[in-house]
Amino acid sequence: MKTIVKLGGRVFDWLESIGRAGLLLMQSVCHKPKSFYGALSLLNKQIYSVGVLSLVIVIVSGLFIGMVLSLQGYSILVKFGSEQSVGQLVALTLLRELGPVVTALLFAGRACSALTAEIGLMKATEQLSSLEMMGVDPYRRVIAPRFIAGLICLPILSLIFSMVGVMGGEFVAVDWLGIHDGSFWSLMQQSVLFGKDVLNGVIKSFCFAIAVTWIAVYQGYECVPTSEGIGKATTTTVVLGSLSILALDFILTAAMFGDF
Amino acid sequence: MRNKQVELLVGAFVVLGFIALAYLAIQVSGLAFSDKKDSYQIVARFDDIGGLSQRAKVSVAGVTIGSVESIALDKELYMALVTMNIDKDVDNLPVDSAAAILTSGLLGEKYIGISIGAEDTFLTSGDEIFDTQSALVLENLISQFLFNSTSGEK
Amino acid sequence: MSEYYVDIQEMSFSRGNRVIYNDVSIQIPKGKITAIMGPSGTGKTTLLRLIGGQLLPSTGSVLVDGKDIPLISRTSLYSLRKKIGMLFQSGALFSDISVFENVAFPIREHTEFSEETIRDIVLMKLESVGLRGAAQLMPSELSGGMARRVALARAIALDPELVLYDEPFAGQDPISMGVVVELIKRLNDSVGLTSILVSHDVKESLSIADYVFILSNASVVAQGTPEEIRNSEDERVVQFLGGLPDGPVPFHYPANAYKTDLDLEY
Repeated sequence: MKTIVKLGGRVFDWLESIGRAGLLLMQSVCHKPKSFYGALSLLNKQIYSVGVLSLVIVIVSGLFIGMVLSLQGYSILVKFGSEQSVGQLVALTLLRELGPVVTALLFAGRACSALTAEIGLMKATEQLSSLEMMGVDPYRRVIAPRFIAGLICLPILSLIFSMVGVMGGEFVAVDWLGIHDGSFWSLMQQSVLFGKDVLNGVIKSFCFAIAVTWIAVYQGYECVPTSEGIGKATTTTVVLGSLSILALDFILTAAMFGDF
Repeated sequence: MRNKQVELLVGAFVVLGFIALAYLAIQVSGLAFSDKKDSYQIVARFDDIGGLSQRAKVSVAGVTIGSVESIALDKELYMALVTMNIDKDVDNLPVDSAAAILTSGLLGEKYIGISIGAEDTFLTSGDEIFDTQSALVLENLISQFLFNSTSGEK
Repeated sequence: MSEYYVDIQEMSFSRGNRVIYNDVSIQIPKGKITAIMGPSGTGKTTLLRLIGGQLLPSTGSVLVDGKDIPLISRTSLYSLRKKIGMLFQSGALFSDISVFENVAFPIREHTEFSEETIRDIVLMKLESVGLRGAAQLMPSELSGGMARRVALARAIALDPELVLYDEPFAGQDPISMGVVVELIKRLNDSVGLTSILVSHDVKESLSIADYVFILSNASVVAQGTPEEIRNSEDERVVQFLGGLPDGPVPFHYPANAYKTDLDLEY
């Protein structure tokens, strides 16, 4: 009996927090910016800290993942005598799966954890309260620019990741393993479709961006304003963010590429 | 001053994003924006196209001269209707040329190979190649081979 | 127009099962410094949040400048807050922008002044707290006392009608405490704003306040001018002012009998 009551309470808590997260999103996104330029400069700052600062980690991991894919693909394909298609393998894997997913995971670890910690610390040092008391809506001022910056940055980062990955793959396959570069590119170009592969990858990473940035700002805004609470909220952001990326990826892949 | 630097870096970041998109579009997926201008279309009907896909290459003597634009089913004849884009400068394909669906390597991509005929008139946009050879389907080949060898023993 | 800027009538507020306020009525006169004192944990900061509309009472009314806070819309609450300045206990400066930008922040948000006007206002406000020279520093480079003075300059940047001070003296050394006391007094007298001071520093509060409320156990136990408070014979007031360790406010947090807890008695 007690367990049932407890379980029910858990479900209610859970529903309540989803409701609060929805309200948070609605109140921060649904408003008219007072001045276009002001909103833009706030956004600029956030794109810098969320996107530009994540660039290094994205480029480096993209390069290595592309190179590893190429090497692994080659060692298997060479047994069937079709090592020329390694370019196709690298490009399709990167564009459809690894680009959006790995970038989103890196993004959750690098940028979203920082977002949560930053907002949590602003709450702990009463900065959010003081904004409110100054008659400035913290949703508009703090949450909205961070959320929108996440939506803009993640797709861009994942495009850059895929590009760098293909370059790394080409470097290994063509310059190192000696595959003819003409057949490398032409086989890749024959099998990769812009609409189906590239654009679907962008859509995927946009969906991931919504999920993971939303989790990050919500966790920051609702955290217990102590050092322990902020630490916990940051961990939750990374864990919950990563899990939701992977789950969402399965659903999106089934919807996009399920019709064989 | 610091603000200016941030704006500059953000601008560079967005531009890099567009460069990546362009790279993926042109270099990786081979999207050519001038495709339609410099080519003309011919069609061919096949009994079986095997694993031929859109954008597969069309070649003469191993040299790529175009690509497959679309594949559809001819509902009256129950045949595959393949539309090909051929480069404009290859304007001297004889009308009695033959199209065959070939495979590059044992398990490689399917492509269309055109073998040249002997007529003096050439194919123009919208024309059809009537002499076609379907894709070799491995299963058919194997069963044929088995059938022949058993009949040979008798 | 009433003579009270803030008028709290029979207000109750509870957090979870704990009753913080029970039918409390407090009137804050216009243009005066009102001190609200009481032991830690009596919800003095909560009172400021109730006045600022960040928390809503369960019953009763909170009238600020004639408007009932729990009933007005979000938009009018935000525009009302432009007339209220609040000094937070920690200062709550925005750590990513300079002192100058911190003070300029509310002005930029709520007015369309030119960059030059903003600069003049900010420098004037910083001058009044004696920190004009620190304008280009970052908040992390300030000492605690300086940070609180900058926060004060920010709180009065828009020339508010009401300023709420949350523990302005806590954790200050004697010199900067003297500075803050002097500042609050001067600001109040020269601009004629209404000040609410929440504190448990008896000496400083009584020295500048025009009127004092003492809170304990979810209600007002005493009110009056500093003179009346000093001469009060209410034993709760005597205990608080004299700093006696035991009295009506017990030294011990409610607990089981000592012996029972130590397992000496069953």
